[in-house]
Amino acid sequence: MEIFDWSYAAEVFPLIFRAMFVTLGITLAAFAVALIVGLLLTLLRRSKFKPLAWITYAFIEFVRGTPVLVQLFFVYFAWPMVPVVGFEMSAMTAGIATLGIHYSTYLSEIYRSGIEAVDQGQWEASRALNFNKTKTWTKIILPQAIPPIIPMLGNYLIVLFKETPLLMAISVNEMLLTARNLGSQVFSFVEVYTIVGLLFLLLSYPSSLLVGFAERRMNNRYMRKDKKVKKENVIS
Amino acid sequence: METIDIVGILMRGVTVTVSLLAAAGVLTFIVAFIAGLSRVSRFKTVRLLTTVYVEFFRGTSLLVQLFWIFFVLPQLFDIRLEPFLAGVVTLGLNYGAYASEIVRSAILAVPEGQTEAAIALNMSRFQRMRRIILPQALRTMLPGFGNISIELLKGTSLVSLITLQDMMYLAQNLRASDYSLSLKVFAVLLVMYFVLALPLIILSRYLERRASRGVAST
Repeated sequence: MEIFDWSYAAEVFPLIFRAMFVTLGITLAAFAVALIVGLLLTLLRRSKFKPLAWITYAFIEFVRGTPVLVQLFFVYFAWPMVPVVGFEMSAMTAGIATLGIHYSTYLSEIYRSGIEAVDQGQWEASRALNFNKTKTWTKIILPQAIPPIIPMLGNYLIVLFKETPLLMAISVNEMLLTARNLGSQVFSFVEVYTIVGLLFLLLSYPSSLLVGFAERRMNNRYMRKDKKVKKENVIS
Repeated sequence: METIDIVGILMRGVTVTVSLLAAAGVLTFIVAFIAGLSRVSRFKTVRLLTTVYVEFFRGTSLLVQLFWIFFVLPQLFDIRLEPFLAGVVTLGLNYGAYASEIVRSAILAVPEGQTEAAIALNMSRFQRMRRIILPQALRTMLPGFGNISIELLKGTSLVSLITLQDMMYLAQNLRASDYSLSLKVFAVLLVMYFVLALPLIILSRYLERRASRGVAST
């Protein structure tokens, strides 16, 4: 037997390639959850009602401090047994919810840094214009806080993408489980796992280059203003 | 089964989880320094090879790497690693790749003037790195290493999928023996992981605060 069977690899490639779209779908859905829940957590943490802010902070630290795999099992197997609020979910939904909530705690930190970077004067100006809270957030603060953090959010999209194989543990048919099932039919995992690894690399490396490019562009865009100010200072 | 019994059973896995964390932590640290220093090497080949290594491990998924090292290496090169060793190697190489970025960026963040001053003092390349650059870079690295240690602890739970009997594995066994225990088992397991992570979390928050104190920012 050859060490790496090319004809077998060619045979299973289309099957794994098809499972890649399941992986991508999970990634996008979980990221959407993370974006929304993350923003919510950030706002709750800034709440004037202190106990709410503390509970949110404790929740964020707890979720960040425990493994996704354990959370996945908790959500899929244990959540239905929780009294009152518990309900059953399909493996796919449980996976998307867990990944989404786990990474929302990371994203909330990024949102926070974006919001804190908005100039204090913007808040004051908004108050001077008699904007209410909703209007202040939607028209003044968020439109300035979010664009600079887009590259960082992109980084987490890639991180999330690489975490999706964990869902195989609750038998979601993503790339890795598909590969394992194919491999166990012929008792050879060389081809299938190599293909999965390469597909991950092929998708995530160009994306990370793209994010790096976006990051540099964003930096330039937000630096330019400072440079101008500095120049004027030199002249005067 | 009472909660305390469940804690007792899962406690048997703590040793595996903690020794995995310790061994992989040491490897991560060593790999991070070797790769981080190689990324700022003056030899292009060294830089290129390290970049390939770092991007490869950062670009693929940890679980895929674990499976590859555990299932594919024996078939492909006849290298058979015990589950524990496979776990340590995978975790160390994966998190080492991430941590090498911390080392690299910390070295690059030391102001150019420090290197120039060291050259003016007639220091060799080695002296420059050991006495001038690294001591200053180290304090920028520490918070990053703190965070990596938390990620590493969380990463150890994956080894249960290659049959290593850590806390996660024992919890799965317990659930398989009695489905009605699911809620208790996984709630206890979450809390146990958090208790293990707590010292690391407190340490890295402390390091973060300390790093932002008493240093003139540019």
